[in-house]
This record gives sequence, structure tokens and C-alpha cells, in this order.
Amino acid sequence: MNDAESSQLPAPAVPAVVPPWALEVWRVLKTSNVRQVSYVPDAGHARLIELVNADPDMVCNVLTTEEEGVAIAAGAWLGGMRSVLLMQSSGVGNCINMLSLANVSRFPLLMLVTMRGEWAEFNPWQVPMSKASEPALRAMGVTTMRADTAEDLIHIVSCAAALAYEADQQVAVLISQRLIGKKHW
Amino acid sequence: MVTSQALDRRDAVIALLKDRGSLLVISGLGSPSFDVHRVGDTDANYYLWGAMGAAALMGLGLAQARPDRNVLVITGDGEQLMGLGGLATIAIAKPKNLTIVVIDNGHFGETGMQKSHTGLGLDLARIGAACGFAQSLLIADLAGVEAVRAQLQQAAEGPRLYVIKVKAENLSRSLPPRDAIHLKNRFRSHLGIPVT
Repeated sequence: MNDAESSQLPAPAVPAVVPPWALEVWRVLKTSNVRQVSYVPDAGHARLIELVNADPDMVCNVLTTEEEGVAIAAGAWLGGMRSVLLMQSSGVGNCINMLSLANVSRFPLLMLVTMRGEWAEFNPWQVPMSKASEPALRAMGVTTMRADTAEDLIHIVSCAAALAYEADQQVAVLISQRLIGKKHW
Repeated sequence: MVTSQALDRRDAVIALLKDRGSLLVISGLGSPSFDVHRVGDTDANYYLWGAMGAAALMGLGLAQARPDRNVLVITGDGEQLMGLGGLATIAIAKPKNLTIVVIDNGHFGETGMQKSHTGLGLDLARIGAACGFAQSLLIADLAGVEAVRAQLQQAAEGPRLYVIKVKAENLSRSLPPRDAIHLKNRFRSHLGIPVT
């Protein structure tokens, strides 16, 4: 599928208003031939989760904890399928040992991580793992890319997907809390 | 409640993998990887040496990628207990081509035979049933293993969990390759996926 075709893709019907970047990220995943999505929900990912669940060509797994998705993605790659893992920054810590699997086997891994605890955060419990997310990922050999604007995000997800699936790398796109917006309590 | 634990783990795995046909097999770290390797190395085996808790979930990912093939995960009680939530995820995902076999000796065999939760009374098969596995059985003898063998190569209504109670013993190790990239590439080649 080329870019021209993917921009023509009809978006799945979803009940809520979809922020433009969620739709664009879904299109990038389609263009990258991602057919499996695993997630622990996050408010920042809510629209994207609706889109992938409404897509009949994508298999979706809701996880009890984020590291499950690292293993699922590895199994999918063994069978020739591309997988993406969605989580918020607090979930990064749950993945640490499981990332050994992707690292030692050189399994492609694309993680889209919505950041909490870094921008107008109300909940202090989100802060420690937020600060530790990028160093922890890098310590386990994962390449990190940060997106601060919606425009950057689309480009970065596309490039991260190429690096992951074509160069067999583990890549996490950190989606800035500034981009997602303040959570309203 | 099963009280007899007379079954030898290797006999159980031999019986499971007899006439395995086109089964794709993923084994969990420790003795299950040694058992599967001892029964017979093939490109259709992927052995884990780490990533405790991964085995059943790798099986799910593979089963979703290849709905045309039947996937068998063989792991231990300690490995599965670390990924206990994964049983919930697999049950909800409802793959029709995935069987999880837990070779349950009730102990952490690689670290000094400390009792595990199953050794202290936890019943994994009941957990599987509660999660919603299409079939979740406790098996305590060879006849029980042989009875389920034929089903491994058939699609089911949903995922299956077989918990096979075995003796707690450390058998001679049969060491599979530890190079995970090699294992990955040969597995994918077996499925006709070109190595890039």
C-alpha cells in the first residue's frame, strides 16, 4: 500500500470525535502493514484504540499488563505478522525483563507510549515512572523517539515503524503529554 | 484433587509430541525447553531460555499470525505462574488454534526445587476454566496425555489449557541452541518467510 492509497482509506466508524493525529497514526500503521495491536488502555490512546478495534483487518488484544504485549509481538513476528504495542509511560516499567526477549532475539518491536507525569500532571504517582521511562527503555536497548507535536508524531511513527520492522530494532515512540493535553479531573 | 504425581515429565512430553505433524511448538524456559529438545529438535520449535512468563503469550501472537496452523506451548508451572494474567488475555482473545500445556511438577526446578504455588495447592486448570478457556484439564497419567494428543492438531472452539502433573525431578539436560536469532530465523524459514 502506498501513501496515496492509504490517505484514501476509509476510517472505521467510531462513536467519538477522533483527534486528527489518532486517525493519522492509524493510517501510518495501515501503511506499515501492522495487523496486530496489543494495549493496556490510556486516555491518550483512547481514540486510536477505538479505531483499531473497529478495523476488521486488525487483531486486537487487551492486556492485563504491558509486558504481555512484548511477548505477543514476538510470537506474531515468528509467524510473519507485524504488531504494535500501546501503553502509557507507567507501563514501561512493567516491560523491562520481557524486553530481553525482543533484544536477544532481535525481534522488531514498535511501542507507542503516551507520557504521563511530565506536563500539567495532577497525579504525583505518575511522575517517577514518567521520569524513568526513557532511561529504562534505553537501558534495555530500545531506541526512543520523542514526539512533541502532532505533525512530528505522524512522521516519527512512520520512521519508527520502518526502523522496527525493516531493521529489526526495538523502538519506542514517546508521545509527549503536552501533545495529548491535560487530563481533566 | 490429584494426589498421584507418578508421571515422568519426559514421558509426558514424548507422548504429547508423538506424530506431531505440522504443530508449531514454543517451549518455556528451563526444563520444558530441555524436554522438547530431547524429544526431537526441529525448525518448528522455538525454545525460550529467559523472558519468564512469555511462552504462552508468544503462542498467542503466533496463533493470531498463523490461524492456518496449530500452535502448542509447552511450559512449566513456575513460568506460567509468572504470566498468570496472560491466561486471562489468551482466554479473552479466543484463539482456536492454541493449546497451552503446563508441565506441572509443583516446584521451581531450576533453582533448587523450592515449592511453587501449584505445589502449595493452587490449581492452574481451575484458573484456566475461570478465565474462559474452551477446555481446561488437569491430567495426571499417560492415558490422559494420550487422550488429548489428537486434539492438538485440530482447531477448537477456543484456547485449551492442559495441566499435566508430573514428578518433581531434575533429569539430564538436553540443551537447545541459545542463539535466539538463529532460532527465530530458522522458525520463520520453516514457515516460508524469507530471511531479509
